Amino acid sequence: MDLLDLLLEPLSYDFMVRAIVTTALAAVVCAVLSCWLVLIGWSLMGDAVSHAVLPGVVLAYIVGAPFALGALVFALIAVTLIGVVRNTSRVKEDAAIGIVFTSLFALGLVLISVTPSQTDLNHIIFGNLLGVSVPDLIQVLVLGVVAFAILILKRRDLTLYAFDPTHAHAIGLSPKRLGALLLGLLALTSVVALQTVGVVLVVAMLIIPGATAYLLTDRFSRMLVIAPVISGVCSIAGIYVSYYLDTASGAMVVLTQGVVFAAVYLFSPRQGLIGTRLAKARRRKAAALAV
Amino acid sequence: MTTPAILVEDVTVHYGEVLALDSASLSLDAARICGLIGMNGSGKSTLFKVIMGMVRPDAGRVLIGGQSPSKARKEGGVGYVPQSEDVDWQFPLSVRDLVMMGRYGHQGFTRRPSKADRAAVDEALDRVELGEYASRQIGQLSGGQKKRAFVARGIAQGATMMLLDEPFAGVDKRSEATISRLLRELASDGCTILISTHDLHAMPALCDEAVLLMRRVLMHGAPEQVLQPENLAMAFGLDVLNRPLPGEGSPGSGHAGGHKHHAARAETAPADAARAETARARNGG
Repeated sequence: MDLLDLLLEPLSYDFMVRAIVTTALAAVVCAVLSCWLVLIGWSLMGDAVSHAVLPGVVLAYIVGAPFALGALVFALIAVTLIGVVRNTSRVKEDAAIGIVFTSLFALGLVLISVTPSQTDLNHIIFGNLLGVSVPDLIQVLVLGVVAFAILILKRRDLTLYAFDPTHAHAIGLSPKRLGALLLGLLALTSVVALQTVGVVLVVAMLIIPGATAYLLTDRFSRMLVIAPVISGVCSIAGIYVSYYLDTASGAMVVLTQGVVFAAVYLFSPRQGLIGTRLAKARRRKAAALAV
Repeated sequence: MTTPAILVEDVTVHYGEVLALDSASLSLDAARICGLIGMNGSGKSTLFKVIMGMVRPDAGRVLIGGQSPSKARKEGGVGYVPQSEDVDWQFPLSVRDLVMMGRYGHQGFTRRPSKADRAAVDEALDRVELGEYASRQIGQLSGGQKKRAFVARGIAQGATMMLLDEPFAGVDKRSEATISRLLRELASDGCTILISTHDLHAMPALCDEAVLLMRRVLMHGAPEQVLQPENLAMAFGLDVLNRPLPGEGSPGSGHAGGHKHHAARAETAPADAARAETARARNGG
């Protein structure tokens, strides 16, 4: 069996094609968003929101509303609660985040346990990449494209918000509104990614690609290209590996991203632990030869 | 009489229980450079925030060029150069990207730069002599160049008023002179400049006027006059320029009594200063 067969074989199954399309799309949207999250220092917020949407998704399922709507409402509730706990008590922000998102996540689990047809909902927690149906795919496609389009169209404002909200205010923009926009997109993107890797691992897709790209470049515009490319390639590679090794697919996608991050962390020519040393040694050698 | 470029009238600001500004008033004419001095917790940053409209005063009002601050901001008149420690210097942004952010207020929905925007950015970069560093990542500049990059952002923005927070912190003497010259040029072009600074040595050469702040404006006048030892003692509790203090019971004692009162309140510094203090303590331990 040659390489082409290896690549084509999984594609002969419709469910594999759907899995690959959904994952790649979710991976790309998450990766674009992750560029801002890692720079603002919102990784923990990403973790919180992606977990806190669970009860919203379950309630939406119960009443037959779109998952995205329930998710948005609960993302908003989570962020508000975090703000309230932080601002009106002596509890610090990280603790406030920890309290709110775990409680909401637990609420989601409780709701799942009392809702009939549990199998469907358990997939939200760990993802069900291989069970993506056509309507699921369409939902992910629509939400993903909307989130992606807004992120790209408003990228300059969001970057300004991430870098210098005071200046944003000084030129008449509203940092508050930009922050809210980013949070809304975070909630939307969480829903997109739920389907593929599940609530627990969404946060990986929301942090790793941006962090990886950040180690590779000094330009935000390039981060916005590097992160989705790495993330998309990792997700597809992860699915193939899971197909041939018969491992959990969502987890394999995240694991692949983690491995790539580790490689970049070690070997990035700019920031890498080993890469910078190798570059230094090469320069020394060149200098010695020149003498 | 002309409209003042910046008018602060009886502004009072509380952070919770803490009084940050106590009926502070300040009127600044256009094209002047004004140095704002006062100890930590004297309300300098709060005054900046009030002028920029980031903090709504409990009482009093602010006018910028006779307009409301929000209108002035929308018109792009308000430029801001942050304190170095408030900037993420690792941010993946080139000097050109940074200066381009000054143009966002003039651009459309997606902030796509036009030819005019690019020209304005190039011009601003040349003006602050950073043209050759335009594609450097911002963290790879020297202390003085970093400040100039932010000033260039204000120039590209077309700011008619610029607020600079500690522009001389972490800047060597030569760059300090370059920045001072640049600010003088901007002022002669009509830009009103308000500088919050600890660097009192640079003040007489740079500033047209100085303001001594301790929750309220204690004094507003020529730098030489404001920097008199007894006046500094009033705001800082000591002469920061290390000259002999006027003795107790001297004509300055009325002020000295005032300063004790204020210094005692300074112990319960505004919330942000206190929080920074705990953060430092946590990092230390």
